[in-house]
Amino acid sequence: MAVTNMAKLTLGPIAYHWSAERRRDFYACIADEAPVDEVYLGEVICSKRAPFQEAELPTIIERLERAGKQVVLSSLAEVMLKRERKATEDLAAIDSHEIEINNAAGLYACGKRPHRIGPFMNAYNEATIKWMAHQGATHVVLPTELPAPAIAVATRAARDLGLGVEVQVFGRASLAVSARCYHARAHGRTKDNCQFVCEDDTDGMPLITRDDRPILRVNGIQTQSESYIDLMPEVKRLAGDGVTHLRLMPQAVDMVAVAQVYRRALERRLDLSEAEAVLREICGGAPFSNGFFHGEAGYRRIANANPV
Amino acid sequence: MSLAELICPAGTPAALRTAVDAGADAVYCGFQDATNARNFPGLNFTPDELAASVAYAHEKGTKVLLALNTYPPAGKVDLWRQAADTGARFGVDAFIVADMGVADYIARTHPGIRLHLSVQAAASSPEAIRYYCENFGVKRVVLPRILTIPEIRQIREEIPCEIETFIFGNHGLMVEGRCSLTNYLTGQSTNMDGVCSPASDVEYVRHDDGSMSSQIAGFTIDCFGSDEKAGYPTICKGRYTAPHRPEGYYAFEEPISLNLSRLLPELIEAGVHAFKIEGRQRSKSYVRNVVRAFRAAVDDIRAGREANIADLVALTEGQKQTQGAFETKKWR
Repeated sequence: MAVTNMAKLTLGPIAYHWSAERRRDFYACIADEAPVDEVYLGEVICSKRAPFQEAELPTIIERLERAGKQVVLSSLAEVMLKRERKATEDLAAIDSHEIEINNAAGLYACGKRPHRIGPFMNAYNEATIKWMAHQGATHVVLPTELPAPAIAVATRAARDLGLGVEVQVFGRASLAVSARCYHARAHGRTKDNCQFVCEDDTDGMPLITRDDRPILRVNGIQTQSESYIDLMPEVKRLAGDGVTHLRLMPQAVDMVAVAQVYRRALERRLDLSEAEAVLREICGGAPFSNGFFHGEAGYRRIANANPV
Repeated sequence: MSLAELICPAGTPAALRTAVDAGADAVYCGFQDATNARNFPGLNFTPDELAASVAYAHEKGTKVLLALNTYPPAGKVDLWRQAADTGARFGVDAFIVADMGVADYIARTHPGIRLHLSVQAAASSPEAIRYYCENFGVKRVVLPRILTIPEIRQIREEIPCEIETFIFGNHGLMVEGRCSLTNYLTGQSTNMDGVCSPASDVEYVRHDDGSMSSQIAGFTIDCFGSDEKAGYPTICKGRYTAPHRPEGYYAFEEPISLNLSRLLPELIEAGVHAFKIEGRQRSKSYVRNVVRAFRAAVDDIRAGREANIADLVALTEGQKQTQGAFETKKWR
C-alpha cells in the first residue's frame, strides 16, 4: 500500500535558455542517474528560443525513454504572435506523447483530446478543475501560490475525477510573465533585438533592492523568485492529501543530487533534518522558501510549521 | 464604425453616480471582498449599495458591469457564486470574469446575463478568446495591454465577440492574472485576494541625508533624493540593481500611466467596441474630469468631427505617460 501511494517525482521543463549542448548533457545525466519518473520537455517561456532546441529534442526524448522516464511535452505560457500560435497548434496535435497545456490557446487546439493542465493555467479551484476534466484534462499542476488548505480541497476534487495532481516542491517560483523581455531591457535592447542575452544567466538574472537584498530573478519575459521553493518538510502532508506528482524545477545546481535527496526522503531512507542539510549543501546557500504553502509571504521560510 | 462605448471606473457609489452623470456608457464595479481585483480598503459596494447604484445607472441609461474577475482558491468558490447570484438579482448588465469555474457557473445559472472576459484571463490570441466564447458564450473580451493596433485589428477579424481595450490609467506590466509578485512579498495574492501592492504594507522611510525610500513589507522598492517626489512603491515599477546595472534602474517599467487618447481614432477604426478607463481607486473629481473629456472626444469622432485630443493629453500632465505596446512593438 505504501508503495502504490507514493507520489511520483517529476522534472519540470527548463525555464532558462540553456544551450543545446548543456541541455543534451543535462538530460543524459537525468536519464542515467536521476530517480525521477516523468520529465517535461519543451520551451515554455520564450518562443524565440524554441528553434535552438528543436534539433536536439528527438535525441533527448529517446534518451530519457530508454532510461524508463515518461516524457511529457509542455506548451508555451504566452501565446500572441503567429509563430506562438502555430507552435501551440502543432504541440496540441502531437499524439505520440502526453502534452501539458500552459495557455488557453492550447486548450482550444486540443479540443476534448486528453491533455495535462500546466502551472500557468490557473487551476485554482474545484469548479475549474471539474470544468477542465470534462474537457479532457487528465492531470493538473496546481498554481505555485496556492496555500495548503486549498491544495487539499483541489486535490480531493481532482482525484475524485480521476485526475493526477502535481505540486511544485523545488525550484524558483514563477511569479509573473510579460509581453516585454526584461533581459533585453536590462541590456538596453528590445525583445526583437535581444541577441539571446538571457543565455548568459543559467539560473536567472538577479534583481537586488537598492539596500542590497536580492529579491527577484529575471528570465526573459518571466520574473521568478530569488528563493528556491523547497517543500521537503511538507511532502508527507502533500502525499497525505493525495497529491500524485511532486515537481522539481531545473535550476543550475546538481539536479541529480536534488532528485536523489527527494527520493530518499520520500522513501524515508533519510530523515527530514538530514535531507534538508544535504539539500542546502547541494544548493550552495540559495535561500529556501515555503511561504506560499503556509499562506504567508512567498519568500518566507516557515520552520517546522506543521510537522506531521 | 464601432459603437465606441466608454467603460468607466466606479470604486464607490459616489464615483458611480459621478461617472454616470459625466456620460459613461457603462460603469464597472465590485463587491467589498476578494471577488474582484480591486479589493482595497474603503472601496467597492455593499449589496444594498449595488442595488441602489444599478437603479440609478439604469434610470440614466447607463449599464453596470460587475467585476468578478479574481480566481477563487479551492474551498471558497461559494463566495464568487453568491456574488454572481446577488448581481443577477439586482439586474447587472454583465459579469466580468476570469476563472473558468466562475464563467461556467454563470453561463449555466444566469444564461441571460452577458459575460465579459476580464483582462485577468490573459486571452491574447484569437484561439484563446474563441475558447471562452465557444465554451461560456463570452460576448466581449478585454484585451491585455500588450498588443499593437494592427494586431488588434487582426484579432478582431478572427473572433466572434466584441473587443474592449484599456485606454487610460494604470499601465500594468505583467500579464494580468499571472502575477504573484505581491503575494511573494506580502502574503496577499492578486489573483486570490484581489490585492496588488497593498497600502497596508507600504512604508516611506526618511533617511538622515534627506533621501527617502519606499518599501513594501520591508523591501525597498525605490529610493528618492531629497529633491525628488517619492512615488508609490509598486513592485513592477520599482528600481533595482542587476549585475549589469549597478546604478539601479527600472527593471520592468518606470512609474508611468497609459494614455491612448492620441490613438483613439485609430482604435475606433480598428473595430474596438469599448474603451476602458482604469481607476476604481481614484477620486470623484478625477473620474469626472477623465470621463467628461473622453466623452467629448468619442462623441466628436463618432460625429466625424476633429476631437480635441489636447484636453485628454493634458489629463496626465506632470505625470509620465506612454502609449505602451499599442503604438509600437518595440515596447516589448
